[in-house]
Amino acid sequence: MDTFETHEYDVVVIGAGGAGLRAAIEASAAGVKTALVCKSLLGKAHTVMAEGGVAAALASVDDRDNWQVHFRDTMKGGKYLNQWRMAQLHAQEAPDRVRELQEWGAVFDRTKQGGMLQRNFGGHTYPRLAHVGDRTGLELIRTLQDRGVHQGIDVFMECTMRRILTDGDRVSGCFGYWRETGRFVLFRAKTIILATGGIGRCWEVSSNSWEYTADGHAMALWAGAELIDMEFVQFHPTGMVWPPSVRGTLITEGVRGEGGVLKNNQGERFMFGGIPDMFKGEFAETEEEADRWVAAVVAGERPDARRPPELLTRDVVARAIRREVREGRGSPHGGVFLDIASRRSDEAIIRKLPGMYHQFKELADVDITQDPMEVGPTCHYTMGGVRVHPETQETSISGLFAAGEVAGGMHGANRLGGNSLSDLLVFGKRAGEFSATHAQQQDSFAAIDDEQIDAAKQESLAPFETENGENPYSVHEALRDEMQQHVGIVRTEDDLKTAISQLQELRTRSKQVKVGGNIQFNPGWHLAMDLHNMIDISEAVAHAALLRTESRGGHTREDHPDSEDEWGGQNLIVGRSTEGHVQIKQEPLPSMPDELSELLAD
Amino acid sequence: MSDTVSLSIYRGGDEAGEMVDYDIPMQPGMVVLDAVHSVQATQASDLSCRWNCKAGKCGSCGAEVNGKPRLMCMDRIDNYDLSEPISIRPMQTFPVVKDLVCDVSWNYEVNKKIPAFKPKPDTDWNFSQTEADRVQEFRKCIECFLCQDVCHVLRDHQQKERFGGPRFLVRTAGLEMHPIDDEDRSAVVRDELGIGFCNITKCCTEVCPESITITDNAIIPLKERIVDKYYDPVLWLWRRITGQD
Repeated sequence: MDTFETHEYDVVVIGAGGAGLRAAIEASAAGVKTALVCKSLLGKAHTVMAEGGVAAALASVDDRDNWQVHFRDTMKGGKYLNQWRMAQLHAQEAPDRVRELQEWGAVFDRTKQGGMLQRNFGGHTYPRLAHVGDRTGLELIRTLQDRGVHQGIDVFMECTMRRILTDGDRVSGCFGYWRETGRFVLFRAKTIILATGGIGRCWEVSSNSWEYTADGHAMALWAGAELIDMEFVQFHPTGMVWPPSVRGTLITEGVRGEGGVLKNNQGERFMFGGIPDMFKGEFAETEEEADRWVAAVVAGERPDARRPPELLTRDVVARAIRREVREGRGSPHGGVFLDIASRRSDEAIIRKLPGMYHQFKELADVDITQDPMEVGPTCHYTMGGVRVHPETQETSISGLFAAGEVAGGMHGANRLGGNSLSDLLVFGKRAGEFSATHAQQQDSFAAIDDEQIDAAKQESLAPFETENGENPYSVHEALRDEMQQHVGIVRTEDDLKTAISQLQELRTRSKQVKVGGNIQFNPGWHLAMDLHNMIDISEAVAHAALLRTESRGGHTREDHPDSEDEWGGQNLIVGRSTEGHVQIKQEPLPSMPDELSELLAD
Repeated sequence: MSDTVSLSIYRGGDEAGEMVDYDIPMQPGMVVLDAVHSVQATQASDLSCRWNCKAGKCGSCGAEVNGKPRLMCMDRIDNYDLSEPISIRPMQTFPVVKDLVCDVSWNYEVNKKIPAFKPKPDTDWNFSQTEADRVQEFRKCIECFLCQDVCHVLRDHQQKERFGGPRFLVRTAGLEMHPIDDEDRSAVVRDELGIGFCNITKCCTEVCPESITITDNAIIPLKERIVDKYYDPVLWLWRRITGQD
């Protein structure tokens, strides 16, 4: 295992979900030699699981919509911690990115006039999510995949990256292995774009696939880049809770967008009692008013009523569900009821929510046209990520970029549904564009440091050499339990301190795991390596969560239940000391231009 | 409910391998993929399989369960007779990489042959939901390749050089029937994808986990287009006389 293959590229994109594909398309269109490296087969990335839609102020259903309202909704949903420039660019550029997908062959659902249909979603003032039933992510990824296939992008499938290599403060390449053969591979690169997605496999109840092992977050941190907003993790309010096989599997917010209501075991629509002050006056206060809104929306008319409180932002709904369950008003399997059966016709449910219908029928023996679903919060998304320049997506390491879920700052303390797919497109394109420009400005490749490669090789192969070590699956299970218990939806100082000390122990255990079999397509070995990412990033989350002594968006502290003004202007930035310890600093939010602050004033 | 599930899983590579038996505890609602994961976590951490979404949306976990092509994540254990071990094998049409993982790279090569979407010049991009419906059915495809696995032209006759398989006829149909598309892919459908090899036995339609009516809605209309274009005697005569297409 002393030799390994080496490739040279202007731009290497790591991750082939929406952000990675969009970035690769843009870079390659700029004429630079581009590689797309992904852990799964092309087209299987987590983006395919996105269901509800892509948010963009196209105003094709309600002509009052525009980028300013989208910007305001995004900032308000993020509890004003978002990097304003990212939120602004996102709102301004999302419509062009969505229209571009249509021009590349995407077939979104249509309005009666033949334009792109948009649906309502939590936190969005107007119907804003262009969609394809409940499989919008598949449409997005397939459109990008088919666009990319004719562009001369070299795709390296089932190839996992373990390290970003640097030469001083400049990126020099990345190093990893082929999943099939286990052989190591080096990419020398003028620029690298991280598009690796999220960290959700650190929690027990999660909607995320095996790929979400914090690879990009960890590689960036290890290489010396900074992370931002790591305390903010989104628990989607509606995951499946029963049977155990599907616990955590996502149920699209589109169910509520299409009129679905949440009820406790008393039959009460409990969200009416859970409208936070910052949203007072914006939501229906009676069931009659909420029903009038749904009736108008279903008829394709402009409602004269306010929207149902089920469409509050995800952080608010997830906490309300948790409260109902804790106070004994939950469903038999520890969730609450989501009812679309009594709200819409069988035909409408099957047409607009075919995936949900199928999923419940096959996996839970529930016919959602007849009976309510049982739902509860599931770890879904990380707002926190690699800190990037808001316009170019470049990190603090020259030539290293990040886009999509792995990048932080766009969503602040809480992400609105639908803003992820648009984020991927807007910032994927930007990362591709600016990385190509950066690569074109480099005359040569930066030097490769063999020591960095040797360290990565040693760490990677250690699990084959350990004697009597532990099974990596047990360590992963213990990590997921720990994060679920102590760094979950609601946190306390004691819980977080416990988690931090337990994580130390898990780190020790992770270094002593033992894997069987050989190096070819060995999932136990792959997991053994992923444990390092997950533990380091879990630690970053726990430390940031301990420091932020307030509750805001996706971070709720039982011991500090209110949002505090002094915290409202502060981001937490995570870095690493030279000894490898987590270092956190507070940083004031960048100041916003007046014309944008005025948009936020109610 | 039985407490234990017995599985017989293929272990090995393309040249050699064997069926290995595993017993795992039964859980309510368990699917075949859960069972495979349970074996990985407790008995054979090097057992290879692909999966991602675990919700029937990504098409990664196709395999042959008791001889039938299935998505393991949507295949309930309690639908099987548990008095016998459930057999789980990789898809047979493709070379085996290891255990349940096959080399499906041929599919990605076929995909490259299909000319991209080309919008009509000066379109206003408006079209109706009825027009959208026709192609949205094809665009539901999650690329699990189970239709390719079951297609006898590929599976039994190994015609991968000459026939692109149902998946790529579906994809081409999605482009050809797109209301704004302006490309003509007839020659590709006839020559590169070899549509003539399909003799409409509908095995592909039967296994599609997305219930796409592959044969009737995609393949037969494409066949009709080819017949109209290349084999219509009146048009043939017209082309001979005028020299025009």
